[in-house]
Parts: sequence; structure tokens; C-alpha cells
Amino acid sequence: MLCQQCQKRPATVHFTKIVNNHKTELYLCEECANQKGDFKVFVPFSINDLLTSFLDMGKAAVPVENQGLIRCKSCGMDFMQFRKLGRLGCQDCYKYFADELTPVVKRVQGSLKHNGKVPRRAGVGLRLERQIQQLKAQLQKAIEAEAFEEAAKLRDQIRELEKQLGQL
Amino acid sequence: MSWINESGPYSGIVMSSRIRIARNIVGLPFPSIASQEVSQKVVDMVKKSILESNSILSRDFDFIPLKNLSDVERYVLVEKHLISPDLLERAEVAAVLINHDEQISIMVNEEDHIRMQCIFPGFQLDKAWELLNKVDDIVEESIEYSFDENLGYLTSCPTNVGTGMRASVMMHLPGLVATDHINSVLHTISKVGLTARGLYGEGSEALGDIYQISNQITLGPTEEEIISSINIAVRQIMENERMARQALVQSGKLEFEDRIWRALGMLKYARKLNLQEFMSLLSQVRLGVDMGIISGIDVVMLNELMVKCQPAHLQAYVGREVSAQELDVARADRVRKELSKVI
Repeated sequence: MLCQQCQKRPATVHFTKIVNNHKTELYLCEECANQKGDFKVFVPFSINDLLTSFLDMGKAAVPVENQGLIRCKSCGMDFMQFRKLGRLGCQDCYKYFADELTPVVKRVQGSLKHNGKVPRRAGVGLRLERQIQQLKAQLQKAIEAEAFEEAAKLRDQIRELEKQLGQL
Repeated sequence: MSWINESGPYSGIVMSSRIRIARNIVGLPFPSIASQEVSQKVVDMVKKSILESNSILSRDFDFIPLKNLSDVERYVLVEKHLISPDLLERAEVAAVLINHDEQISIMVNEEDHIRMQCIFPGFQLDKAWELLNKVDDIVEESIEYSFDENLGYLTSCPTNVGTGMRASVMMHLPGLVATDHINSVLHTISKVGLTARGLYGEGSEALGDIYQISNQITLGPTEEEIISSINIAVRQIMENERMARQALVQSGKLEFEDRIWRALGMLKYARKLNLQEFMSLLSQVRLGVDMGIISGIDVVMLNELMVKCQPAHLQAYVGREVSAQELDVARADRVRKELSKVI
């Protein structure tokens, strides 16, 4: 059998690789196998690996040996388990692990403030707040432009929304 | 209008545009620790939210529990990019809803309760988001999501928190690979919060000069900002790819065309093709088609051929369990058959 890479020399090395349960077999000559090294392909970098390394390098608020004591009261997962799994157990883990987790999120994401889509149900308050902020910006512009009639309208709208927000 | 058998904007270089979002249901443990009962409840809720919604979409979806599928059928869906390999890890409790055009798929009990995605042919992330956003709204009509005012959509892994969005564009970049510029391009995009992976997701190698460009950061920027930064990068990469192709032609037109025609000849007559060889020959032919050197074939046909010749698709085509060697023979058969229809 000829080397599957160069098709010139006889294949002497047999590589087996399993990706997603699919076996890929590769028969190479020694020269091509050496060039390939340990399957030297572009190794894409996994985002989850990044998370784990950030978890390892951060200055922990609680010493590692005590991290098993930080426990989510909703699902029972402790912080050590999270470190191993790289996955949280439930939404409340964000709350119970906040001291440890927040700096990691900050480092991985570069931000701690969501500015994107807000779901209709869960985010009623946030929707109102954003709307009020927008109106306030418009109000400022209206005042600067001395468009007082417009400004009065905006002020009333803001008051109405603030009332709704207070009732939540 | 599936990414596999339709053409889209800039199809020559951009193979597909995909957006996926992660969502979880309020008050329920995430799939990694959920009991069978909870997982079943999640499946029922998501199924109902789509199939019993008042929207026009409800009649457009098929509901598929993974446990009803054979191994080969599951991997066929992976190869079509309709489900992720991770979904198979929880095959007993996982399900997927797929629309008839195979543009939208909603995975249930992957890493998060809900992972929905929209995939379009060519370069059109904005349109994919426009559609997916609507599907998200429909699901939300009957399901309350886990959401925090500061952290946004709460996800099982903190690397997805915020928008829960991963937007990715699949690009064919043979010019940048041949001129050895690919690594510097990939290095540059990593500096602006983007990342590149091979054809079949995280951890897979870049077969056939195909790369997926996607965002790394999900918290902070809005969905539109994420999409716009990928759009800018993709346009730049397309420009670089075109320049690399020109440089290759200028440094030796005959050699350049010779490589392309030889690749076509191999595909037309080979009796045995392993996946890696097939993907690299296909890459050359795709390049030749896009540059107008080969006529009579279009890139859509090549996309289709690429998917048809992935391992699970071939297994399904042969109809029985075959060895890796036999699979290579089946691949060559299939390629010859498909190509003989056109040239």
C-alpha cells in the first residue's frame, strides 16, 4: 500500500483517529508521518478550555480546599464540582457562586453588563428602565434645542413609566 | 433554502451563515444534572411551545426524539449541521425540532435546555438572526426563560452567558492556506474577540480549507454588535482570500490551473478516496469553479457532494455497517456517479 499523503513511498505507519465516534484511518510513509508529527493540524482553541484555565489562575476569594463548602442552595452543586465540570447546575448557581464566579466571568467576557435582547416576561423591569433612559436622553436633547413643548411631553412619558416601574 | 443545496450571497467563498442562541427554562436544573423526569418535562414544554403555537411556524416543524434514531441517522444530522455532537451525549433524553427547509433547528437538553439555531447558505448572518429572533419570541410566549438583568440569559456554561449567542460563518479559504497566510489571519481575528475552528466545530481539524469564524464573547455587546463585528471580519477575510488567489495565479498560472484540473481528474476517476484526500481535492475543484476555470459545475453542487460524502451520509447510502476501507471505495463511487451527471 502506498502512503496516502505523498502516494509515492510505501505506507509503514498506521494512524487511527476517532472523531465523533467515526474512525479515520490513515496509512502513511515514515517521512510523511514524521512531518505530520502528532497529527499536526490547526488545533482550534476551545472556549471551554479557556474557562477552566481562567478558573485555575484567578486569585480565589476562598482557598481551594474550602471551595467544596460553597454550595448552591437550589441544586446542591458545590464550587469544586463546577470547577471539574465547567458547567453550572442551575440558574441560582450564578447567585450562590457569585464571589468566585463574577471575576471569572469578567475575565472571560470582558464585561458584566448585558446589553442585548431582553425577554418580554422576565425582563419587564429592565425593558422599562431602558425605555426611561432613552427618553431621558431625548429629553436632554429637547431641552438643549429649547423644544419645550416636546420636552414636557417626554417628561410626562418618563413619569408614567417610572410609576409603572415603581409598581413592579 | 438549506445551506447545503441552495446558493446565497458570496457563496463562492462563504459556505454558510449560522446563528445559535442558548436559553434555559426558569426554575429547572440545567441538563447536566437534571433528572430524567425534569428532562422529559423540558422536552414536552419546548415541543408544545412550537407545535402548539399560534404561529405559522407550528406546522413547519418535525419533532424528533433522539432515542428514535439510529447512530447513523444521528450523525447524518450532525454532518448537516442540524444538531451538535454534544447533543448525542444525552441522546436518551434529547430531542430536536427541525423545520422542513432545514434552516431552523431547536435542540432540547443539549448543554442548555434550549439551543436553537438558524443556518442560511452564503453570507447572510443578519437574515439568519432576523428569523431566529422571531422563533425565540414564539418559544418565549409559552416558556419563561432564566434571565438576569445584569448577566442576561443564564446558561450552563458562563462562556455563553449574556446574549447566549454564537454567530458563525463557514468560509472556504484555499488561497490563504496555499499562501501560508491563514495563520496570521486567524491570529488577527483572535485579537478582536473572534475565533476560528475547523469544519465540524470545536476540536475538529480544518479539512478541505474550511474554517468557521465565530464570536467568543457573548456578554456586553448586543446581538447586532456581535453580528456586525463578524461581518466586518468576514468581509476583510474574503478580500484577503481574493488577493491570495490572485497572487497564486500570478506566481504561475499554468501550475495553478494544472493543480485544479488534476484534482478534478482524480475525483472523476479515483476508485478509493479517504475523507482527507477527498476534502482537499474538492477544495481545489471548488476553487476552480469559483474562479471560472472549471465550468459546468456550480459550488452548490459541490457543497451537496461534500455533505453526501461525509462518513455517516455514506454509511446511510451504502445501507450497512462498512469498514473504513470500504467507506473509501463507496466515497469514490459516489463522487464518480455525481460528477458524471454534470461533466
